[in-house]
This record gives sequence, structure tokens and C-alpha cells, in this order.
Amino acid sequence: MKMINKRMKKLSEKIIKAVILPAAIFAATAQYASAERNVIIDGSTTVGPIAKAFAEFYKESHPDVNITISESGSGNGVKSLINKSCDIANLSRFMKDSEFKSCVANSVLPVAHVVAFDGLAVVVNPKNKVQSLSMEQLAAIYTGKITNWKELGGDDAKIIVVSRDTNSGTYETFNELVLKKSKVVKDAEYVGSNGQARTRVNTTKDAIAYVGLGFADDSVKTLSVEGVLPNKRSIASGKYPIARPLYMFTNGYPKMGGDVFNFVTLHLTGEGREIISDLGYIPVCE
Amino acid sequence: MRGKLHTGLSTMDKKKNSLILDRHNSALKSLLERSGSALLFCITAIPTVAVVFIIFFITLEALPFFADIARLKEFFTSTDWSPSRADPHFGAVAIFFGTAMVTVGSCVVAIPLGIITAVCLNEIVNANVSKIFKPVVELLAAIPSVAYGFFAIVVFAPLLQNHGGALICAVVLAAGIPASIIISVPLGEVLAQRLFKRKSAKSVFCALLGLLLAACVCALGAQAAKMEISSGTNALNASIVLAIMALPTIISISQDALSAVGRDMREGSLALGATRFETIFKVVLPCAKSGIAVAVILGLMRVVGETMVVWMASGNSLKIPEPFYNFLEPVRTLTATIAGEMGEADQSTGSQRYHVLFAMSLCLLLGGLLLNAASQWVGSGMRIKRK
Repeated sequence: MKMINKRMKKLSEKIIKAVILPAAIFAATAQYASAERNVIIDGSTTVGPIAKAFAEFYKESHPDVNITISESGSGNGVKSLINKSCDIANLSRFMKDSEFKSCVANSVLPVAHVVAFDGLAVVVNPKNKVQSLSMEQLAAIYTGKITNWKELGGDDAKIIVVSRDTNSGTYETFNELVLKKSKVVKDAEYVGSNGQARTRVNTTKDAIAYVGLGFADDSVKTLSVEGVLPNKRSIASGKYPIARPLYMFTNGYPKMGGDVFNFVTLHLTGEGREIISDLGYIPVCE
Repeated sequence: MRGKLHTGLSTMDKKKNSLILDRHNSALKSLLERSGSALLFCITAIPTVAVVFIIFFITLEALPFFADIARLKEFFTSTDWSPSRADPHFGAVAIFFGTAMVTVGSCVVAIPLGIITAVCLNEIVNANVSKIFKPVVELLAAIPSVAYGFFAIVVFAPLLQNHGGALICAVVLAAGIPASIIISVPLGEVLAQRLFKRKSAKSVFCALLGLLLAACVCALGAQAAKMEISSGTNALNASIVLAIMALPTIISISQDALSAVGRDMREGSLALGATRFETIFKVVLPCAKSGIAVAVILGLMRVVGETMVVWMASGNSLKIPEPFYNFLEPVRTLTATIAGEMGEADQSTGSQRYHVLFAMSLCLLLGGLLLNAASQWVGSGMRIKRK
């Protein structure tokens, strides 16, 4: 019996060594890896392009910094921030009450940095005759009260309503600013990204959609809303009605001089402003 | 030389020693053997355990939703799906309907196409040709689903919008005219015998019937050509792209089933005077029946579970099309809903919006388990018959 016990002990020692040693090595390498400088960014697909361009610019001067950017939607960005799996959460809307509460409950203190303004452009196919809409008409289209372009001075054709998915900040902004939170018509098609919305409108004659201003290019026709076309001046001056600030959220105010700090203050520099204008967004301070 | 002598002398000793050693070692050996098989068993058990955990976790997360009877009733009876509002509604009937619609649609396309292709590859074209075709067909399975989705939205949707009527007309004609000829031959034969009881009338009657059916098809095609499709991302688009995705599964498994039908069966049938057509339809296909059924079910599972393609191609409208068989209207499926709502469904507060997605997953999972059981049952039926 004693012999067996001894053997067992030896065996268990061996097993422990075999398991713990690699684990320790792994942990050590993990420690080493985190000693490198990482910035992890998650969230809105609207703020995504800004974050990507900032990252490209920032890497030039700081080649040793690893910047990871995923675009999984504003809601997912908040989740990542709560789980502490990202340093910066990009949001195209402000944080909701419930999200704020669960942040605090998980001892995350969300701090908002407004990096740019974005207008939602209402776009239709270039072949469409309609030039402008009022906010009421736009709301009527999206709630199903107006279903034919004829009623708006266009061709006799059914309106194909294209909306962003309920997961996106763009949807929430549109829902709040235009629809005043009333229900989107059941016929509406939902698409998963700004680019996809633009593609649908570009290829569908009777479609209407809303996209971030940066996505409204020549492939689609941008409508004026309440007689105002979305552009830098009309958005920055508050004349264009469907506009919103874009946010980067951090957990507490980042350590001054750190990578995260540099990143969320980049929009204040001349280069940052240039990047933002190049992407079709509007810088906060001109 | 030395070695040889040595071995010769000590053989007896060695035998004795080894016998003793054997007895010593046998306990250790059996222990090793057992631990070895235990290790292998553990490795084999990993997928099973994973499945059990997934089912357990999904059920656990879905239960809080099903616990509320009013919500449960709404889930299965209402079409009002508005989860993001302050006063949320979770009526999933339209979403269930969308899933069923897309599944049925892709079955209608994929099953005949898949089985005909399998028969053709296995029975009709020569072996060299099918050696080229089969890998190419299986290559379809290697294309990532997001690429299919991209194709659906960028290429197929505009095509349907701009030339949808002509496209549907072409498909109706291409499928309808050969089908009407094939149907009219045996049907004409039977009817001629019943009605006229004369053989001479047979060919005339067949030709007339064929012409009549073809005319019907042409009329249908002309009707289709006038059709205008206002939105290309609809149930039809999703069904067709999903059917293409299910094809490799259906074709390659059906072909395996067909090639498993023995040479003796075919030769016996031909020797009895059956034509090649009769051999294929009356001998080979019935023999491979259960294998083909399994192929269809596996293809079906791929269709039901696919997310990315339906999310991109089906339009994601939250309503039951009007009329309900209208494949040209956008629909939304369960998988697309889960993918679309996931981000906003708050897991940390454990909201209803979060649990309802798990309720949907549970429904999908149960459907998948049923299909899987069906395929096992059909498959085992095949084996029993062979015995």
C-alpha cells in the first residue's frame, strides 16, 4: 500500500508539473504580450472609418503601438466597454440609461469624447425625380402613411423603404430625430451597414434609405430635408435637422499622454480635423 | 558470431525472465491500457459534451422568456415584433413564417436540381466527366457564406429588379417545356388507352397533349415576363442563393447513395429487358431512396441554419407577404433576427430582448434536432432493409 501511495504521489507530482509548467510559461508570455502597447477599439460602423483613419495616422508616429479596431455596432461597443475588452467604444448615439447603469454596476465609468458631427443623408436612386422632402413627409414614408412616389411628386411607383438594422446607432438616431420613436412600417427592408444601404439604393430605382453623410456619394442622390442639403456648413450651423454628434467612450478619463489619451484627443489637432473632413464628417471645432 | 552464441545460450533464461516480468508488468500494462482508452474516450466525448452544454445553456437562457405565459402566447401568435421600443412586443409569427418560406423555396429549387444532377453524374455521363464535375460541385461548399450574400445583394438583386420578369419567364420555359414533353408521353399513352382503346391514336394524342401543355407553359411564361420586381432582396433571392448553397450536400450524398446501389441490380434489371430509363427510375432510385432522403435532410439543415446569406439577401421585412405565397416580397428569418438584434440585446441586465433571442435559438435547435433524428431514422431504415 505504501508503495502504491508513494507511486501515486510521484505520479501526481509529475502531472502537476506537466500541467503547471506550460500554464506558467503561457501566463508569462501573456504578461509579456500585454506589456506591449495595445489600443483596442470596438463599436459603431459610422465612427469606424474615423477610428481606422486615426489609427493609420497614429501608427506612423508610434509604430510600436498595436491598434485593433472592430466595427460591431454601437450596442456591442458598449458591451465590450463593460466587459473591459476594449479601451475605446465608438458610439454613434449617446449611451442609454440602461447601458450607463450597467457600466456603473460593473465599475466602469464611461466618459464621452465627441470626436465629430455626422449628418444622416436621405438618399434615393439618381433616376428618382424627387428633390426634397419635409421631416413630416420623411416620417410618413417610414411609418407607412405615404407608400407611393406619386404622392411626393415622383413617378407612380411603390416606395421601397430601406432602413438600417435595429442594432445600429444610425437607426436609433433616425428613429429619434425623424420618427419620434414611432414604429417603422412593416414593409421596410433592413440592411446591416451604411455601405449596404447605399448599394441597395444605387441598384433599386424606387428605394429610399438613410446613411451617414460620409457614405452619400455620387452613386446615389442626396435629398434636401426641409429645404436644406446636408453639408458641412448646414450641419455645423445646426440648420440641417438630421444631425448628431459621434462619440468615443473611455473607461474614466484616459491617463494624460497615454496612447488612449492621444487617440481620443486626436480630433482636436489640425491633422485630426483634416482626416475627419476627408472622410465626409464634420469636425467639432473649425 | 558472438551474439548468436549468446542468444542461443540464454534463450531459456530469457523466457523464464520474461514470464516473471510479464506477471509483474501485467497489472501496469492493463492500467496503461485502460488509461489510454479512457483518454481516447475523453477526447471523443468532447464534442458530445459540447453539444449537451450548448443545449443546456440555450435552454437555460430561453426559460426566463418562456416563463411568462403572456409573452409566450404573444411569441407564437402575434406578428408585432418591436423589441427596441420602451413597450416592447415580441410576436415572432412573421419571422417563423419567413424561415419556413425561404426553406420551402430553396427546397423546391435544390431538391429536383440536386437529385437530377446526382443521377446524371452517376448514371448518365461517363466516369471521366463526373470526375471533373463532382469536385467542382463540391467546391460550392467551400465558398464562404458572406461571399454568397455579397453576390446576392450586388449581382443577383439588381438582376432580379431589372430583368426579373424575363429571367422568370426563361426559367419557366426552360423547365416547363421539357417537363411537359416528358409528362405528355406516358400520360398520353395511358389516356389514349383508356379513352380510345386503340393504339394508333396514341402518338397523335401524345403530340396533342404535349402541345397543349407546352402552350400552357408559354402562356405562363408570357405572364411572368410582364412581372415587375420592385425589390431584388426578397424571399426568392434568398431561396435561390440558399438552394445553391445546399446543392453540394444534396448532390454529393445522393451520388454516394446511388453509387452504393450494386452492379447486380442494374445488370439484373437490364437483363430483364428494362430500358436504361426504367432501370434508373424503377430500380436504382428506389434502392437509393433512403440515402437520397438523408441527403435532402442534411441539405435542409444547412438552409435552415444559414444566417449571413438570409441577413443580406432576404430584405428582412417584419411581415407575412401578401398573398402569403408571394416570393417577391422581402421576409425575415429566425437566424437573421438573432444576428441583427444581438448587439442591442442587453446581456448584462438580462432583458427580455436578450432572452427572446435564445427562445428563437431554442426553436431552431429543436427543429435541427428533429431533422437530425429524421435523418438517423431514415438512414437506419436503409440498413435494416439491406439485411
